[in-house]
Amino acid sequence: MDEASVPIPAAADAPDDESSLLVSLRRGDEAAFAVLVRTHGPRMLAVARRYLRQEEDARDAVQEAFINAFKALGAFEADCKLGTWLHRIVVNCALMKIRSRERKPEQPIEDLLPRYKNNGHQADPAKRWSGHADRILESKQNRALVRSCIDRLPESYRNVLLLRDIEEMSTEETARLLDMTTGAVKVRLHRARQALRGLLDPHFRSGKKR
Amino acid sequence: MISCRELADFIRAYLDGELAFRERVAFKTHLALCADCRAYLKTYEETVRMGKQVFEEDADEIPEEVPEDLVQAILESRKKLWP
Repeated sequence: MDEASVPIPAAADAPDDESSLLVSLRRGDEAAFAVLVRTHGPRMLAVARRYLRQEEDARDAVQEAFINAFKALGAFEADCKLGTWLHRIVVNCALMKIRSRERKPEQPIEDLLPRYKNNGHQADPAKRWSGHADRILESKQNRALVRSCIDRLPESYRNVLLLRDIEEMSTEETARLLDMTTGAVKVRLHRARQALRGLLDPHFRSGKKR
Repeated sequence: MISCRELADFIRAYLDGELAFRERVAFKTHLALCADCRAYLKTYEETVRMGKQVFEEDADEIPEEVPEDLVQAILESRKKLWP
């Protein structure tokens, strides 16, 4: 059968409740698989794009994630929502993809870290920002700016930041996923946050001295 | 007293409650006396908050739908596994 001939069920014909969807999936119902992909695919693609800069890689990770999920459906115990389960799987697939790639030299993070004088004082004294995170992020432009700054972090630091601060995974789980020690995760997380702070600072720094 | 550089090195551990008593006292003493480090800590915390919120709240990030060719490729892959 060619790709175009795979039936596309109408959403209205398909099970809408998660537990009945799960029953249909386990029964091998073709329409249920299509509903699963169409319902959860957009969010999974967005998550894959956070980790993988190339669109083709993000799409591959989503495809791989769904295949892994289909294979593991029998073991899914419904102690969390399907969306949460799929989210974890796609993060894993994205990280596997990164690990399987040939490592390229990264921009040194030191260029983005704060600088100090010989006596240990801040070389460029910090100032408070002009608003709180909630207020700043009300603007779509600022949200795009923060995301572009996160994208500018060297990949190995950005991944730690995404897993710890955004996915809210534990240090131990992050270390396991990235094949690092917990100590290295802590150091990278701190440096990633410092570097991100340094990238955001010129945009949000208050004009007034505290 | 610890320096601004040392204080910055301790921030993550401080926020995660990992500092020993003496380190915590040294951290807080420096903070009480140094406005630059109070501003640095505040903006560090705002950075962490923004990182979390920008993905939580940004519905613009999520595409309305998955490209149809990707949907079909996924469903085809499933059929190959379980014809």
